[in-house]
Amino acid sequence: MPLFGVEATFWALLSPFVAAALSPILAKTLKHNASWILAVIPALAFLQFLSFVPGIAEGQTFKASLEWVPTFNVNFSIYLDGLSVLFALLISGIGTLIVLYAGGYLKNHENFGQFLSFLFLFMGAMLGVVVADNIITLFVYWELTSITSFLLIGFDHLRRSSRRSAIQALVVTGGGGLALMAGLLLAGFAGGSFEMSELINSGDVLRESPYYTAIFILVLLGAFTKSAQFPFHFWLPNAMEAPTPVSAYLHSATMVKAGVYLLMRMHPVLGDTELWMTVLPIFGGLTLLVGTILGLRQTDLKLVLAYSTVASLGLLVMLTGTSDPIAIQGAVAYLFAHSLFKGSLFMVVGTVDHEAGTRDLNRVGGLFFAMPITAIAAVLSALSMAGILPLIGFVAKEVLYDGTWHIVNGGLWTAVAVLGNAMMFAMAATVAWKPFFGTKVKTPKQAHEGSILLIAGAVTLAVLGLLAGIFVASVGHQLLSPMTSAVLGIPFDEEMHLIPTYLSPALYLSMTTFALGILVFMYMDKLRALIADALRVIGWGPDKGFDQTLDLIIRFGTTLTQAIQTGSMVTYMRATFSVIALMLFIPMILTGNWPVLEGLGSLYAYEWFITAIVVIGVYAVLTARYRVTAIVLLGIQGFAVALIYLLFGAPDLSFTQFMVETLSVVILALVMTRLNLKPTDARSLRGKVFDISLSVLCGAGISMLLMSVVQLPFDATLSEFFTQYSRSVAHGRNIVNVILVDFRGFDTIGEISVVMVTGLAVLALIRVRPKSNGTSNTEKNR
Amino acid sequence: MNTLIFRTVAPYLSALMLLFSVFVLLRGHNEPGGGFIGGLIAVSAFAIYGIACGVSAVRRAMKYHPMSIAASGLLLAVLSVMPSIFLGQSAMTSQWLAVPFLGTVIDLSTPLFFDIGVYLVVVGAISSIALSLEERAD
Repeated sequence: MPLFGVEATFWALLSPFVAAALSPILAKTLKHNASWILAVIPALAFLQFLSFVPGIAEGQTFKASLEWVPTFNVNFSIYLDGLSVLFALLISGIGTLIVLYAGGYLKNHENFGQFLSFLFLFMGAMLGVVVADNIITLFVYWELTSITSFLLIGFDHLRRSSRRSAIQALVVTGGGGLALMAGLLLAGFAGGSFEMSELINSGDVLRESPYYTAIFILVLLGAFTKSAQFPFHFWLPNAMEAPTPVSAYLHSATMVKAGVYLLMRMHPVLGDTELWMTVLPIFGGLTLLVGTILGLRQTDLKLVLAYSTVASLGLLVMLTGTSDPIAIQGAVAYLFAHSLFKGSLFMVVGTVDHEAGTRDLNRVGGLFFAMPITAIAAVLSALSMAGILPLIGFVAKEVLYDGTWHIVNGGLWTAVAVLGNAMMFAMAATVAWKPFFGTKVKTPKQAHEGSILLIAGAVTLAVLGLLAGIFVASVGHQLLSPMTSAVLGIPFDEEMHLIPTYLSPALYLSMTTFALGILVFMYMDKLRALIADALRVIGWGPDKGFDQTLDLIIRFGTTLTQAIQTGSMVTYMRATFSVIALMLFIPMILTGNWPVLEGLGSLYAYEWFITAIVVIGVYAVLTARYRVTAIVLLGIQGFAVALIYLLFGAPDLSFTQFMVETLSVVILALVMTRLNLKPTDARSLRGKVFDISLSVLCGAGISMLLMSVVQLPFDATLSEFFTQYSRSVAHGRNIVNVILVDFRGFDTIGEISVVMVTGLAVLALIRVRPKSNGTSNTEKNR
Repeated sequence: MNTLIFRTVAPYLSALMLLFSVFVLLRGHNEPGGGFIGGLIAVSAFAIYGIACGVSAVRRAMKYHPMSIAASGLLLAVLSVMPSIFLGQSAMTSQWLAVPFLGTVIDLSTPLFFDIGVYLVVVGAISSIALSLEERAD
């Protein structure tokens, strides 16, 4: 593959996985300084994606494809347009900074190499999600992000709460992923293509498809679980158990936006319908309000940010749900701004936590002079989050207000947006103000400025937020408008301004937001108490529901297992043979194909002789007083069958039958001696009658089945083939053996593997000694 | 089962059966027989020897753990599938080689080695089961 151009993107996609493999080695030798070297890899990927920006700003798109499983329409194909490139830039760019930050944050951590490795795995997966063109490829990457997120949340795996959160995130996002797979496949079949680039240009095909509602719901389930929309929002705050670099990267800047990405990606074909414009804004708006209200209650700075992320995701979904060009431009700008300021704020909180030893709102304060650079980054990012001039957050808010204001019936959505933004304003003020200004509070650790690894990322993102605000016209033209065009499916390029050109409604709405926000901030403590009381009254939430559901599933499983696995051998045998009897008789009853009993012909004298042996054998088994005797007598039946084989010209089969019969008698007898059984039969009369009828049924069923089979015309094709070619092709006169070792040798490999594994399994079973050699075990094995 | 006659005869009987099992294995391609039957005969031989003289005697006689024998058999069977791959044919295509030996011609072939693999798997796996059961019965 070439090193430049579209094809080189494959290298960019591969590079994080290479970095993941290198991480443990480098971390072992270089410790935290490994970050400096490894950060080069995502930085190069960033440059690769950056090279597409000029072309995309002119409305170009780029595609490349490698064959994967062509027979199933699965290709490793990529598609680069405004949407995927902006996402890829955020992922690789913020990823570079996070790798550096992780070096500072997990300095001297013994599992640092492993952590970086997981982080790079995630980066590779996330890049794949946003640039994948083939929907199967997209889905594989999507699931990979869930798995890597699981690994990262559970990184501190010795803590119980970490493990719980990791499992919760995996269950929620993985469950949504399953729905998404169904949705994508349906969309692929309904739309006639498995390539996203073709699918999104298919016009109204999906909207008019009878499967539209199904596709819509399934895709939404995938997107909502991933992007933590109400009522699936609970996993995201819990995911804050992960080390802060993970929270900054996965759970604010990138992975949780994958759901939004998917909605935006499929907007050209799924959006702009009644259903879309009702369901998305409702859930998005609800999530925005729930997220902000729950966020105000928190005193843990990281949780404040986590809930504000939930709220922001809700806002994005709400805006995407309006299907209005300006509102979507607002969503795009807000998404961009959010990744910058939220990534930065998370890193700031992590640095405070790292240097001061706590991130509790009530235990930090007045740290400005101890950590001035961090404080400045915090203030810049918080200004962007609050939506204040001249940061990119301000522009985003203006555009999205403009969007919601002018759409039909947009009043409700505008009100929700203003309310949510006001509360986010208060949260931003909390995060930037409380730790750094006001009265100085004694912190657990003597706070001082973080190392360059710790502050580089937060400062870079904060400054970028400022620069993007100042140069919003070119950022808008180069990055944001192309993405909006991709989301809308039609070209869109409206100039963006930092300073409002006229006194628009949006500006008044901004003023209202600020006023409300200041009010909320002033009465924060009272509000917090109020929300806490309200939640106590409600007393139940989806988080608790999750536990209850898991509990229910486990209890159901236990009950079912106890009902089926009684531990009684007799029950197992009866169940097995009852099923066999049913399987034999049901087809005959249903089809009415009973075997014909006439024309069986007469028997020769020696055949009568063998039949007599069988009958005597059965009589002997039934009248045997001891189990061991009965087992040995059972061998008579087997030998009689072997004799029949011999008489009908199958010496090989007969030979084998003799040996198998002998060995089974020996092994059965040995097993019996181990089981500590009573020497005589202990079954009740009822049990005996049941077992007798069952065995008669099974025997009769097998006989009738064989008779039916024999009465069918014999197809000699295979026999003739083997007879003809056994000597000439396989150099063997014994057809049976030639089939075993040559014609059907592959089957034999499978069979001997089974024999081998069975041997191992039996060996293991025999070696297990019962914990107590008491009577209960003997009793159960009756 | 500890009669004097049985204990005296069992080693000879087992040795004869083992010899017979190899005979059955090798003639398999043209006459009734083969790896599977041969293996079962060998297992019976070991079982008889075990019943007469005890499991430890059998284990000593077998020298290797039965499961190791089974595993090496599986390996041999899988390896015998390979040569055709290196000759540019599809896997499992049998290869034949006629070797003159003491005035007669012996046909060596990959199916033969495959069959020996089957023989070893059967011997190893089944006798492993039988022996460990006998051991616990003591």
